[in-house]
Amino acid sequence: MNFIDILLAGAMLGGLYGLVAMGLTLQYGVARIMNLSYGEFLIAPAFLAFFAVSGWGISPLLLMLLVIPLGFAVQWLIYQLLLTPLVRRAKGGPSLEVDSILATFGMLFVVQGIMLVSFGGDYHSYTYLSDTLEILGSKVAANRMLVLVVALVLGGGLYLLLTRTRAGAVVRAVAVAPQFAHLVGINVRSTAALAYGLGGALIAVCGVMVSMFLPFSASMGTMFAMKALIVVIMGGVGNLMGCLVAGMLLGFSETLVASFIDPGLTLAVNYAVFLLVLLFKPTGLFGRAAR
Amino acid sequence: MSRKEVLIWALCAIATAGLALLPRWLTDEYYLSLLISILMYCVLATSWALFSGPTRYISLATVAFFGLGAYVTAVFGESLPWIAVLGIAAGVGLVTALLVGLSTLRLSGVYFVIFSFGLAELVKQLVTWWEVNITKDLGRYVFVEITTLDIYWQLLAMLALVLALRALINRSRLGLALRVIGEDETVATHVGINTTRAKVLLFTVSAVFITITGAIMAPRWTYIDPSIAFAPAISFQTLIMALLGGAGALFGPILGAVPLVLLFEYLGANFPNHFSILLGLVFIVIVYFIPQGLSGVIAKIFAKKGGKA
Repeated sequence: MNFIDILLAGAMLGGLYGLVAMGLTLQYGVARIMNLSYGEFLIAPAFLAFFAVSGWGISPLLLMLLVIPLGFAVQWLIYQLLLTPLVRRAKGGPSLEVDSILATFGMLFVVQGIMLVSFGGDYHSYTYLSDTLEILGSKVAANRMLVLVVALVLGGGLYLLLTRTRAGAVVRAVAVAPQFAHLVGINVRSTAALAYGLGGALIAVCGVMVSMFLPFSASMGTMFAMKALIVVIMGGVGNLMGCLVAGMLLGFSETLVASFIDPGLTLAVNYAVFLLVLLFKPTGLFGRAAR
Repeated sequence: MSRKEVLIWALCAIATAGLALLPRWLTDEYYLSLLISILMYCVLATSWALFSGPTRYISLATVAFFGLGAYVTAVFGESLPWIAVLGIAAGVGLVTALLVGLSTLRLSGVYFVIFSFGLAELVKQLVTWWEVNITKDLGRYVFVEITTLDIYWQLLAMLALVLALRALINRSRLGLALRVIGEDETVATHVGINTTRAKVLLFTVSAVFITITGAIMAPRWTYIDPSIAFAPAISFQTLIMALLGGAGALFGPILGAVPLVLLFEYLGANFPNHFSILLGLVFIVIVYFIPQGLSGVIAKIFAKKGGKA
């Protein structure tokens, strides 16, 4: 592999990881729910895309727009119906962390089980935009390039939304100081639900994107959730910029190890990088001191 | 020790002896293997609670140690005497736990959950990589001259050991230190508890027990590969059993393990395809309806009765 190949492959993988993790950092950073079922809600839209594209001939790009409200609604409802009781019970105490991990863990198994029963454990894929483009003398699949572009557009859009709008300021206020946000008239719980839903919209889009260029199976969600968790924690919880940087770091280290040492060691590299970052910066690359 | 405590210890010794003699009347292979699953999860859940119960650190690394133990048996089982195999397993568990503990127990809360989950996947991938690249063969056959009855007795001995150790630690200064860490780690540091030492010590002891359990259980499979030995389900089930029973109480994990092994056995036999959905529902039911665990529920009922009388 030459230099440009590695640069492009690393950037694409990193962009995807960063984007996948952005939804999780919104959910965990604002709503304080560590959503372990995150990966399953990425794979479910991938299946939706599979049937929409191969069965009804809908373009995945159109579908991407359609799943934004759908993903938002699903996660918003989950927060309102399933997680609000836990938030109420915890009364701001530490038990919310453990309870939410266990509850979303249960959801992980339920959703994954439903997908396994309905679609089986096989890998699914369809072809879309698989022609190759030539960039600076190296060949890339067009659909992968598209993923990078979508990741940049969505990531940038979200960043602007959060830093330039009033609603974004409210969300950030809750992320920074949940116990004081209500003093300035912010409804913390509905903001948390909003952020949770926003995270859901993001993963739904990611799911459709993944389906365009990767074969996927019903049991693959956990892998994505793990990577997203690593990226979120490495970048500093609730930090969008950190998400992107950590995602890129992971994408590049994976690409380098896969192409120069052994593709079988990518996961090992993930954890090695993760551990190294945490040993030197326990709150993540851009994390605030002490939560 | 008070008279009451002597009585409890004696009762436990009698119960252990009774369980040890049980297979004399139990000739059906099926029931013996069911008993072995129950015992295995009792040992795993109790060992898990040894560390996670008082400190409230949720560890998902159970299967990392369990799988390592199973691999020790697969590698050395044929060439070394059994006691040496168990010794090596204990050593491997000890060294790994120390390495992991010293480097990661500074993490807390969700950071530790994620790391411990990742650890199991990491160990699995490293073992896979080693088998594929160095030994050129992914699976291994386990040849050990151990009967089913031997496994039963060894698991029972392990269970007695872990329970006794837990009881002793609970009464000691170390047990108090761990409970303070569980309540509030900052406070623990401020009152002069060496939190790192206490956590690493307990994490290691718990990991050694889990590793030996893996080594004992390995002969139950005649063939193992990384996806069998490091099946994440083992971590999840251990966790949910300990929590259902109540990880803080001495007999809590057993209280959770027995009904859940039976339930999972029933579900696995009758609804193999829907197993994971049902497992998820069990998780959710426990979180929403029995947050304090069964031992908490029982304690509440007794407290009410005591209040009336």
